[in-house]
Amino acid sequence: MSSTPVRLADVVPFSWVDGPGNRFVVFTQGCPFDCLACHNPETIPPHPPGTRHQTVAGLLTEIRLAEPYLQGVTVSGGEATAQWRFVRDLFRAVRADPRLRRLTTYVDTNGHALPRVWDALLPVTDGFMVDLKALDPDVHRRLTGRGNGLVLDSIRYLHDRNRLAEVRLLLVPGHNDSADQLERTAAWLAALDPEVRVVVIGFRRHGVRLEFSGTPEATPELLARAREALEDAGLRNVVTV
Amino acid sequence: MELLELRRQARAVIDDPALTYRQRVHRLAAIAENALEPPPVSAECAEALEKRVVCDLYEGNAPYRPRYVLPDYAVLLERGSSFLELAPARDLDEALAHLLIAYTQVPSITGYPVWLGDLDALLEPYAADVDDAELQRRLRLFWISLDRMLPDAFTHANLGPRDTRVGRTALRLERELLQVVPNLSLKVDPELTPDDLVRDAVETVFACGQPHFVNHPMMIAGLGPAYGVASCYNSLPAGGGSHTLVRLNLAEVALRHQGSRATFLDELLPHYVELTAELMQARILHLVEEARFFEHSWLVGDGLLSLDRYTAMFGVFGLAEAVARVLEHEGTPGSYGHDPAADQLAHEILERVAELVATRPMPYCEGSGGRALLHSQSGIDSDLGVTAGCRVPVGDEPALLEHLRTVTPNHALFPAGISDVLAFDETTRRNPEAVVDVIRGAFRTGMRDFTFNLDSNDFIRITGYLVRKSDLAKIERGARHDSTFLGAGSVAQSHVDRRAPKRVVADELDAGPAR
Repeated sequence: MSSTPVRLADVVPFSWVDGPGNRFVVFTQGCPFDCLACHNPETIPPHPPGTRHQTVAGLLTEIRLAEPYLQGVTVSGGEATAQWRFVRDLFRAVRADPRLRRLTTYVDTNGHALPRVWDALLPVTDGFMVDLKALDPDVHRRLTGRGNGLVLDSIRYLHDRNRLAEVRLLLVPGHNDSADQLERTAAWLAALDPEVRVVVIGFRRHGVRLEFSGTPEATPELLARAREALEDAGLRNVVTV
Repeated sequence: MELLELRRQARAVIDDPALTYRQRVHRLAAIAENALEPPPVSAECAEALEKRVVCDLYEGNAPYRPRYVLPDYAVLLERGSSFLELAPARDLDEALAHLLIAYTQVPSITGYPVWLGDLDALLEPYAADVDDAELQRRLRLFWISLDRMLPDAFTHANLGPRDTRVGRTALRLERELLQVVPNLSLKVDPELTPDDLVRDAVETVFACGQPHFVNHPMMIAGLGPAYGVASCYNSLPAGGGSHTLVRLNLAEVALRHQGSRATFLDELLPHYVELTAELMQARILHLVEEARFFEHSWLVGDGLLSLDRYTAMFGVFGLAEAVARVLEHEGTPGSYGHDPAADQLAHEILERVAELVATRPMPYCEGSGGRALLHSQSGIDSDLGVTAGCRVPVGDEPALLEHLRTVTPNHALFPAGISDVLAFDETTRRNPEAVVDVIRGAFRTGMRDFTFNLDSNDFIRITGYLVRKSDLAKIERGARHDSTFLGAGSVAQSHVDRRAPKRVVADELDAGPAR
């Protein structure tokens, strides 16, 4: 069986911010969302000139060099599920390799994928980290260019199958940080599962596109307020970064 | 030394307003020692010493105590000491008192003991009937006593590899008290040390830069089950130690190099390794046969120390510069840490030195089969333009994975310790588990010992020991910890405080009168 190559934005042998422990991270190229607050906007277009292609076998060679120090492998983006056949093939290969099979496999995703994509990935993936850019569909559309119906479905779908590692909330001041929105988001997540791990990330200007660089950064006070709203709703596993 | 010069030095010490009483006494003793002639060596050896190709690390001209003393404190607790008029310790209070008493009577170059023992293993049996709050209270007083009574950052305690209440309490106290003393190492064994303990230690590093991490099975393979990590990460047989530490400056050797790689490896290196060994031998003979340390020390008399557990440390440093120089001669420039050819040559040089040291008999070194032990020496404050030990030059380190892959193959060659320093950035704080992964991986792949640095606490690592930035800021008015003076020298010489990410250049212990 030949495996699917990937359009690659970058590879990082050690990352401490993309899932549990020290992880090898593959950043795929191309994302169906066009988030104003994206801090890696160069990874959004699917086929920019000079895109690097890499095979699963080539990545395995790189992963083997880093393996002794790793807890796992994460595919991030861009959007990982936009190239889900590659993700499936990579994780399948990691699990088939005697030296690599101890590594955990995680996907960092915007959640904008159909159940059949999750079904393809679930057998080879230990955890999914899903972004929820906004609970309100209109706000979500303003922030990302698309609605959030699929995202909410995906979060529920992955949670039901015990593979939702965390939900990530990116707080963008003036867009999704009102008390009312925070409260409703908190209630929705608490209704899903009070134990779900929620990571609150404050918006920072670093890396974002020029037209968005006037947006104020999230303050520690905003993060504290968000944390309080989430915990008031009964969520017991909230982390702010 | 001329009498006038001796008087000038003594006067300068006595009049220095920044020194404490004990610091004055210690410096005056060093001046007196150095008024004597050093042990005799050949003219060639003396010249190598004079040119700093070989360096005795200012141990003093007339060795009258070993450089590193690692007493077997378990003997003290179990049998007591006739010299100290102490009976065997019966409870935790007695054990803690016995240790403090003994520490004040352990000789060293710095004036303070360089090894405090495996504190968790020593104390755990006495802690069984003491509840958590009481254990914390008593260990806290003990920990404070260590820092106040033994104010020197080379004073080094060991923990691990087993998970104990004493060990956990010690780590908590480290985070709470933020003291310079003790310097601390955690012995890690994949079979015995749980992830949770390693993680606890990692969180302690976040707070205060301690502990250093040690590959326990690898150390045991080289030194036997009874070993300790003392001073600036020197691993040695416990119940023994090292007579001396003399180091060879590989960068200086390479400056004298002409011609091919083979000439360097087969002529120049053997020549200078022998001159280094000659100096070590002369110093050992003085210590054992002239000063007769092992015939009069109470540590030997009471069974805490024995000559047959002794070794000597052969140190090397300046590897990076040596590699660059030899490659330049071959017409294929490359730098250690960045070019596979340079990494390969670095390993060849070290293998050659290891082989030479392993075949050179050394007197009174039965603790290591009659040979010296190789050690990667982490520098002193007067080193300029030469890289500590076998490290990649500060500020020039490759990304972490490449860094690990560069230095790891060399670790097997250094039973007496190599102590690489890895700079971790601030994202570490949010993911201590990732550091545990790196530590596990480092030991899985054959790293012997290492330390990691974070810039965001009050401590600055002068490679083998820590000083507090807040103490450095007040250095003109003196310092309670002797080592802070050495740290200030390093900061002034090498701007170690201005590096980002913080990776501090070399320093080791300089007990001479100069600071």
